[in-house]
Amino acid sequence: MQKILEKNVLLLIVAILLTVSVGGLVQIVPLYTLESTIEKVDGVRPYSPLEQMGRNIYVREGCYVCHSQMIRPFRDENERYGHYSLAAESMYDHPFQWGSKRTGPDLARVGGKYSNHWHTVHLMDPRSIVPESIMPGYSFMAERELAYLDVRDHLLTLKMVGVPYNDDQVANALADIVVQANGEKGDVDAFLARYPKAAVGDFDGDPEKITELDALIAYLQILGRMVDFTTYKPEMSNR
Amino acid sequence: MTDQNGPPPSAQENSTHGIPVYQDDAIKNFMAATIFWGVIGMAVGVLIAFQLAFPMLNLDLEWTSFGRLRPVHTSAVVFAFGGNILIGSSLYIVQRTSRVALFGGSGLVKFVFWGYQLFIVMAALSYVLGYSQSKEYAEPEWFIDLWLTVVWVVYLVVFAGTVFIRKEPHIYVANWFFLAFIVTVAMLHIVNGLAVPVSFTGAKSYILWSGVQDAMTQWWYGHNAVGFFLTAGFLGMMYYLIPKQANRPVYSYRLSVVHFWAITFLYIWAGPHHLHYTALPDWAQTLGMTFSIMLWMPSWGGMINGFMTLSGAWDKLRTDPVLRFLVTSVGFYGMSTFEGPLMSIKAINSLSHYTDWTIGHVHSGALGWNALIAFGALYYFVPRLWGRDRLYSLRLVNTHFWLSTIGIVLYISAMWVSGIMQGLMWRSYDALGFLQYSFAESVEAMHPYYLIRGFGGVLFLLGAILMAYNLVKTMKGHVRNEPAMDSVPATAGARG
Repeated sequence: MQKILEKNVLLLIVAILLTVSVGGLVQIVPLYTLESTIEKVDGVRPYSPLEQMGRNIYVREGCYVCHSQMIRPFRDENERYGHYSLAAESMYDHPFQWGSKRTGPDLARVGGKYSNHWHTVHLMDPRSIVPESIMPGYSFMAERELAYLDVRDHLLTLKMVGVPYNDDQVANALADIVVQANGEKGDVDAFLARYPKAAVGDFDGDPEKITELDALIAYLQILGRMVDFTTYKPEMSNR
Repeated sequence: MTDQNGPPPSAQENSTHGIPVYQDDAIKNFMAATIFWGVIGMAVGVLIAFQLAFPMLNLDLEWTSFGRLRPVHTSAVVFAFGGNILIGSSLYIVQRTSRVALFGGSGLVKFVFWGYQLFIVMAALSYVLGYSQSKEYAEPEWFIDLWLTVVWVVYLVVFAGTVFIRKEPHIYVANWFFLAFIVTVAMLHIVNGLAVPVSFTGAKSYILWSGVQDAMTQWWYGHNAVGFFLTAGFLGMMYYLIPKQANRPVYSYRLSVVHFWAITFLYIWAGPHHLHYTALPDWAQTLGMTFSIMLWMPSWGGMINGFMTLSGAWDKLRTDPVLRFLVTSVGFYGMSTFEGPLMSIKAINSLSHYTDWTIGHVHSGALGWNALIAFGALYYFVPRLWGRDRLYSLRLVNTHFWLSTIGIVLYISAMWVSGIMQGLMWRSYDALGFLQYSFAESVEAMHPYYLIRGFGGVLFLLGAILMAYNLVKTMKGHVRNEPAMDSVPATAGARG
């Protein structure tokens, strides 16, 4: 066998391709076919337009290089960060941001833990709140207005890759950005019906404009809050 | 089968016997680019290492924050420094071991060179300016990914085409590894990078995969970027350089066949060890752990084949610092491929994951194995490509060797201590049953180790700058007036 392969480069390439394909096929394909891969839990919804734009800023800045979003089922992590993360909680995350390093703390359940004001001050000057912090400051985000005029295209693209935005959500994408960033500029109840549990209000203390900081904090404030764990049973994640 | 046990004699040395004129101009470019990007990538590494010790170095500007510069560092050292030496070496070696000039003439290989440099520049600029997919080691956005795919396919055509028109009956073992590297990286890059752009005139896209499936695909890619880019390709370099520099045949042909196919088959399964105890289903985690442990064997097969090639030539280590780079790199390869399976055991991973231990492990492989063998390769190729009798200075190579080695030891031991300490602090409880340390306290405790790591990085960078000086002098044809390496009895290097 080897005698033939090492004299024929085309056969060698084919043999290599076949050999390296096996592992990936066995490990990746069943994640789509086995129904148990993603737990059946209530509450996980697509991100609101403002949360998604904030998530894009999180992705752009490479926050994942220092912050994980994946709590492991250990006693200390459950006490420090909360309930261990479920696969369902990141099912609409394109890309996933589980991370691989905790230079800073895990953020999977940071939503609701701190006030909007805390996040604003912390993002602009981390050491003013946490003296030991080694996080970069992101004061430029408070100045820069969020570019969101194409948010409808973002929702449509996400819909193409499998996020179940409905027509109502797509149609109201622009208005939903405005109402979430300032509860007085639109129909909050209708917005919350589309995106339950979303944090509404001016996030960065500047109600005049919608900044990148507003979007990022809106995203941070929903992290880990979608699933109601009072109704969750661990058997749901027996896999 | 003696013709497989060592590379054929270097054709350049016999160029009067009707041996083709090799296509070496572009390969010179790859060598120069390797030196250039190596220094840049390592300098950015030193900068971000000190950003973790002194956060004001982030300057609070968007373009200089750790989050944007870290991918610049990883892409510059892996894809720019590592990629250029891999492509350059593979194209040098495939000509010599096939005894033909490159397929496609000077045009195709020039396209590969400039196309690849354009990819690197676009990727680095895009991170700094705020375009990133935030998939680790696969950060470039869709249009840069597409461009790389085009360049890579042309590279495959040049390489496989040269093998196809070869004048040797057999395909030399180094070329099996290069082929596995090129073909598998293409597969990984395309599948992991599938994305839908928001608009064809904008950079932003959304990756096709989501959540747990994206995690699995990402680490199938990420771990095999290590397995095929940083391992298979570099093993190809080892299988040419060590026999040539030691002037000995490869230790065992049979071992090279077995460990080639074993590595090719097993590596691809190891990805899930990056996802232990996450929301990835347990069956996948267990598979990943099992195959990672099995990988230990073929990895050490490669190490043994490299080491044992020196049988009867060990004394050369004392006088030949270039060979010392090559052999030490194989030693670090053996060490990090032992540490890797160890860290993939779930019980150990529960402590090491998310900590600096992983960073230390990566660098024992990247600095110890990849960079050291790349340095050895540069010291081997540059005098030959530029037609010089010898390097400008072997003594400076020796200094470089010790600067790098001490730098690596400082780096990885600082990260072992900080990583294990972090892991233990996060899980420790006080007498009353409360978590003993806040997260911020664990950050504060890292400071001294971040300083040591940064200092190790500075030594490593200094070594690389010294190499750049030595090689530029060599290219210009200068020769340093210095005593020969074997004129000092029992130098410190003899015990290296």
